[in-house]
Amino acid sequence: MDVSSGDLNAPHSMGTTIIGVTYDGGVVLGADSRTSTGMYVANRASDKITQLTDNVYICRSGSAADSQIVSDYVRYYLHQHTIQLGQPSTVKVAANLVRLISYNNKNMLQTGLIVGGWDKYEGGKIYGIPLGGTILELPFTIGGSGSSYLYGFFDQAWKEGMTQEEAEQLVVKAVSLAIARDGASGGVVRTVTINKDGASRKFYPGDTLPLWHEELAPQDSLLDILSSASPEPMIC
Amino acid sequence: MSSIGTGYDLSVTTFSPDGRVFQIEYAAKAVDNSGTVVAIKCKDGVVMGVEKLIASKMMLPGSNRRIHSVHRHSGMGVAGLAADGRQIVARAKSEATNYEKFVFSLVGFLCLYFTSSVKLGVYGEPIPVKELAERVASYVHLCTLYWWLRPFGCGVILGGYDRDGPQLYMVEPSGISYRYFGAAIGKGRQAAKTEIEKLKLSEMTCRQGVIEVAKIIYGVHDEAKDKAFELEMSWVCDESNRQHQKPLNVPTIRVPGSDDVLEEAKTAAKAALEEMDAD
Repeated sequence: MDVSSGDLNAPHSMGTTIIGVTYDGGVVLGADSRTSTGMYVANRASDKITQLTDNVYICRSGSAADSQIVSDYVRYYLHQHTIQLGQPSTVKVAANLVRLISYNNKNMLQTGLIVGGWDKYEGGKIYGIPLGGTILELPFTIGGSGSSYLYGFFDQAWKEGMTQEEAEQLVVKAVSLAIARDGASGGVVRTVTINKDGASRKFYPGDTLPLWHEELAPQDSLLDILSSASPEPMIC
Repeated sequence: MSSIGTGYDLSVTTFSPDGRVFQIEYAAKAVDNSGTVVAIKCKDGVVMGVEKLIASKMMLPGSNRRIHSVHRHSGMGVAGLAADGRQIVARAKSEATNYEKFVFSLVGFLCLYFTSSVKLGVYGEPIPVKELAERVASYVHLCTLYWWLRPFGCGVILGGYDRDGPQLYMVEPSGISYRYFGAAIGKGRQAAKTEIEKLKLSEMTCRQGVIEVAKIIYGVHDEAKDKAFELEMSWVCDESNRQHQKPLNVPTIRVPGSDDVLEEAKTAAKAALEEMDAD
């Protein structure tokens, strides 16, 4: 393993798989949890789904710093907006603010984002805001390096009008498939479900995820298996 | 109500000993002396009408609008000093547009960043009527705070239809803004308010509302004091596709199902007047 010092100082990037999916009554956002600097995994349990308001969350991919700063700015503006309006902001407004920042600073930013949430006027909505600052309102969308492996999967598996359970299972399955194939995605699967009752987080550790083709089951260490009363000390 | 505030009424930055700011009250008198503006909120929209007193026979009918469209979904009726009213309307238009559409500029990001007195809006949705009313009120109030500015000599009725339904707000020269079912300002406001209170607004459609507003305006018009007047009306309702439309007698904005809502209203109002005189 030849890890040059340059790699460890590389900018933190979230290789990532992020997903946003609407269902009948709300949205489900899902993401993996790997943040890498070059080949080193800087954080294997990061939270890429960030809260913007009580009813709107954002999935971050690309440069960790860029996506964090964009989220922070939007959270700040949305907070002011909510106070002015006297009621929660709509998902559309949140997404619009995100894309204005992404678009107007496209030369400096490198982050793909998915905004998802629920408001009382439009219900559950998902907005994809890829690199460059386009805004697209979609029934579902995927992003990050791991998403390349999911386009075909969603073509086949996506259905209109799913229930909450179906949507959550779809998202978890998709993220775990991407983790299996994409080196820059890994760790645990986190989801956030947002509907009229609010937002709820779920967490799926790696060992609860199914094993896909050619994936190996986790191997116990021999130290755990050979549990004798007093193991012989090792002599070098 | 009127009292002379000798000495305490010279500047808008002076309070009287009994806690009044006389300059603002005098500004309100300018509103009270103008033609009546009446507006009601019906169950499916807002109807507005203005008694436009004609100063000279040389004036072209349809000129000197008192009702202005502020945004697709809202309109403003002005009473008082017309020039002041134009300023308020311009400000409201600018607030409404900036809220929805991003102001293109090379320093795009910084525009979001610094908040000047004009909020550079970026929200991508039409401004909620409540928010618009608050911004207009805040602007009017601003002009009552500094000695180098005089208060606006006009009151404004703002009617709009957004995703929370039809709403009606009135902004006074003091900067107060309340939400109303029915509102009236100007000369005949007392009589107009009495008439509005008799109406069952929650059951009325805008079509019926137009007739009622016309009747009220014809009713409060004082034939003896002011000779000629022109009736100007507008509405924003389900029938108009939630767009603010005025005037109703322009051929391009013909309301389906009726030849001319405005003419219909005028005839009904005149008939009602005759009825009253006949008693």
